[in-house]
Amino acid sequence: MLTVSIYRYNPEIDKEPYMKDYEVDTQGKDLMVLDVLEMLKARDSGLVYRRSCREGVCGSDGMNMNGKNGLACITPLSEALGKSKKLIIRPLPGLPVIRDLIVDMGMFYKQYEKIKPFLINDTPAPAIERLQSPEERAHLDGLYECILCACCSTACPSFWWNPDRFIGPSGLLQAYRFLIDSRDTATEERLSDLDDPFSVFRCHGIQNCVQVCPKGLNPTKAIGHIRNMLISQSV
Amino acid sequence: MVTQVTNFGRNGVSNWLIQRFTSVVMLAYFLCVACFFVCNDNISYELFNAYFSSTPMTIFSTAALLAIIAHAWIGLWAVSTDYLTTRMMGNKGTVLRLLFQTAYSSVLFIYLVWGLKILWG
Amino acid sequence: MTIRTIEFDGVIVGGGGAGMRAALQLAQSGYKTAVISKVFPTRSHTVSAQGGITCAIASADPNDDWRWHMYDTVKGSDYIGDQDAIEYMCSVGPQAVFELEHMGLPFSRTDEGRIYQRPFGGQSKNFGEGGQAARTCAAADRTGHALLHTLYQSNMKNNTVFMNEWYAVDLVKNVDDVVVGVIAICMETGETVFVKSKATVFATGGAGRIYSSTTNAHINTGDGIGMALRAGFPVQDIEMWQFHPTGIHGAGVLVTEGCRGEGGYLVNKDGERFMERYAPNAKDLAGRDVVARSMVMEILEGRGCGPNGDHVHLKLDHLGEETLMARLPGVCELSETFAHVHPKDAPIPVVPTCHYMMGGIPTNVDGQALMVDENGNDKVIEGLFACGEAACVSVHGANRLGGNSLLDLVVFGRAAGLYIEKALREGIEHTEANQDDIDRAMARLNKLNNSQSGETTAQLRTELQTIMQNHFGVFRRGDYMQEGIKKLADLRTRIENVYLDDKSDAFNTSRIEALELQNLLEVAEATAIAAEERKESRGAHARDDFQDRDDENWLCHSMYNPVNKTVGKRAVNFEPKTVDAFEPKARTY
Repeated sequence: MLTVSIYRYNPEIDKEPYMKDYEVDTQGKDLMVLDVLEMLKARDSGLVYRRSCREGVCGSDGMNMNGKNGLACITPLSEALGKSKKLIIRPLPGLPVIRDLIVDMGMFYKQYEKIKPFLINDTPAPAIERLQSPEERAHLDGLYECILCACCSTACPSFWWNPDRFIGPSGLLQAYRFLIDSRDTATEERLSDLDDPFSVFRCHGIQNCVQVCPKGLNPTKAIGHIRNMLISQSV
Repeated sequence: MVTQVTNFGRNGVSNWLIQRFTSVVMLAYFLCVACFFVCNDNISYELFNAYFSSTPMTIFSTAALLAIIAHAWIGLWAVSTDYLTTRMMGNKGTVLRLLFQTAYSSVLFIYLVWGLKILWG
Repeated sequence: MTIRTIEFDGVIVGGGGAGMRAALQLAQSGYKTAVISKVFPTRSHTVSAQGGITCAIASADPNDDWRWHMYDTVKGSDYIGDQDAIEYMCSVGPQAVFELEHMGLPFSRTDEGRIYQRPFGGQSKNFGEGGQAARTCAAADRTGHALLHTLYQSNMKNNTVFMNEWYAVDLVKNVDDVVVGVIAICMETGETVFVKSKATVFATGGAGRIYSSTTNAHINTGDGIGMALRAGFPVQDIEMWQFHPTGIHGAGVLVTEGCRGEGGYLVNKDGERFMERYAPNAKDLAGRDVVARSMVMEILEGRGCGPNGDHVHLKLDHLGEETLMARLPGVCELSETFAHVHPKDAPIPVVPTCHYMMGGIPTNVDGQALMVDENGNDKVIEGLFACGEAACVSVHGANRLGGNSLLDLVVFGRAAGLYIEKALREGIEHTEANQDDIDRAMARLNKLNNSQSGETTAQLRTELQTIMQNHFGVFRRGDYMQEGIKKLADLRTRIENVYLDDKSDAFNTSRIEALELQNLLEVAEATAIAAEERKESRGAHARDDFQDRDDENWLCHSMYNPVNKTVGKRAVNFEPKTVDAFEPKARTY
């Protein structure tokens, strides 16, 4: 039997959030955390969380498991538990809770929108594709794979303090994805939008983002690249 | 882009560069002074005075003083905009932040004038 | 009960690839466009597509021809794909793919800087005479992810209104039986509104969750199909369900056909590459239906792998770590997570898994939903459009080729958008929906909200999925299916009376799951009845009791009519505009 403790809060019923304990029979299997939640949902239909692909590519089920952010669908119990006997599940930290494990991602998406996450190219499009060498394309690896699950940004203290002004690791990873794309022509404009004391420079290299990214991406490195681009543009 | 009048540098890059540059100045000054203390066994007032009142050292001390002021301003400003905000503590966040900023800028200004007076007075 | 009305020129239900491509087309032309999506758009199931988008862009082979692609698709469909639609898709495809690239889709590249194309199943050169083709444009093995994010980004650029985490409940029809919008719930607040629109596009994706073992996301519950059926509209070829050969055993998670495209192959417990026996030419790159059936044969004949002999192995280690990491990094990740093996060291245990719904809401190439009138002629359903997996244009017929789903959704999402744009410019006028029309569409939700007792969603859903898995799987048999239909009929009353114990408004996922379950039932029942009716084996529909294709009686679409639960027939189009039709012949690989 596994003890699972889950953060519960229904704004229509509860005055304040509380932790609710459940006992789950895993039959000795190393289930994914999402499987456990599905078992509990069948028992307690009031428990809510987001989920979709259940294979770690859609980014719906980001949550905090035993203190670490991750995707419930690709986090096996053994990994979430470590040496602990009890599974503790909380919503992603730093964002307002709507209900149970569901947070309001509005602030996170707003930061993403701010960096103009779309290709800008003023030259007329050719009849076929725009050419790009495999080397130029290789620059996008480790960037375009981001699934917007918010595990990184909500693990970042700088984002906790300034979610309205600091773009956060996820948004900055995407900012660099477009800055470095050989097909994008708006590099200068993009950089000047980022050159304030908050958007990029609130990153203090804490690297929580790198530690939690379920896709193994490295936002801190991308932020470093952006900073270098900003500096070389302005000195 | 987010702008802020209480900010020291003109933008993010200048803040970042100033912070790095001033760190280097402060580190160099610290090593220089540490070296003086380590290399001389019995430090008398005369020795101390002679070391610090030489022109190159006075210029270096001034640079270090300015570096500390700038560094502290930027650092404390960052602290104030992280923790003393309306997000963290409601409307009193702005008041507290302004008070805190006034306090540290006054202190830093006093240190600046006082320091310059010591060094060049 | 009066509810708030929100009005748009065009409303797209579903924020996956097809929906966002249609929305983009409309938004670009300045029409007030909204996308209703029950999840944030980049969580849609398109994100899971791995291998790529098949299209004759002549990168891997400069002489490639869209007509060869058309031939493959017609053959793949086992000749019940509409040839005018396939012609449209294959010829317009390159333009649609280049547009995606111009929007920024990070395709993998060749040394010449062009889009990288890999071989996929069922692909040939020169109308089946020139050997294996490489026609699937890929962004590593994350093409769906790259495509979905690119489309979301482009919509953002063009100011599409996104109603994210809103759930469409039912269609609103006016007195003239014209579709004038949908009832939708805001999941965060529980508010129910009437979303009124001159054009309503269903891009609600598939319904793989009718089976217990599926590669599909939890959200693939056939909401559009359910809404259409409840509104009395027919669905076409709904018995045609694709079982993907390589779902990871035990987990159901998909690994792309691109694994075999890059040189991987399937082996049985004796280490034999058994596809050489079943498809001597194409081997592991035969049509998906052929490969899936061959795998099941191996397992049934006792040559399956593992202690229970219930799966086969996908061998990839011979490709080398470098190729695997460059071309199939996502597969390596999934395999490690769900099968606990790295493909560079050990084969992946795989088993055929429900993957794709070839059938759906019948449409023409402009995305207009169709029904059949008393005289057997096509009749456009005014106000309703469909595209993507929810639609049946039909380009996939009885079996979809790998890489054609992403092409289908961009080409026909775009086509629907283009048509609606034109229609809006010419002016669309519908009679206003009255209170009765809205109340009718609200009935199901009201009933659920007032439920006092009954069974729970989770329990009923498991039962439904088990019935479908056992009675309507890879191989089907008349008596088994009749038994399944009876069980489903019994389940219908129970699911219509499902009990919602949590009545709260804030993000009530139980309410949504109950509504989804009712959609699953609609799809399952239509599938069951149509499957039992089609007395032949064709494409993905393989019957033990009718093992051969019967072109005399069944070279046609099935049309399931929900009003009297009967199955009619609709002619397949054999009249492409610019090429000669491909006549049916024996389908071998």
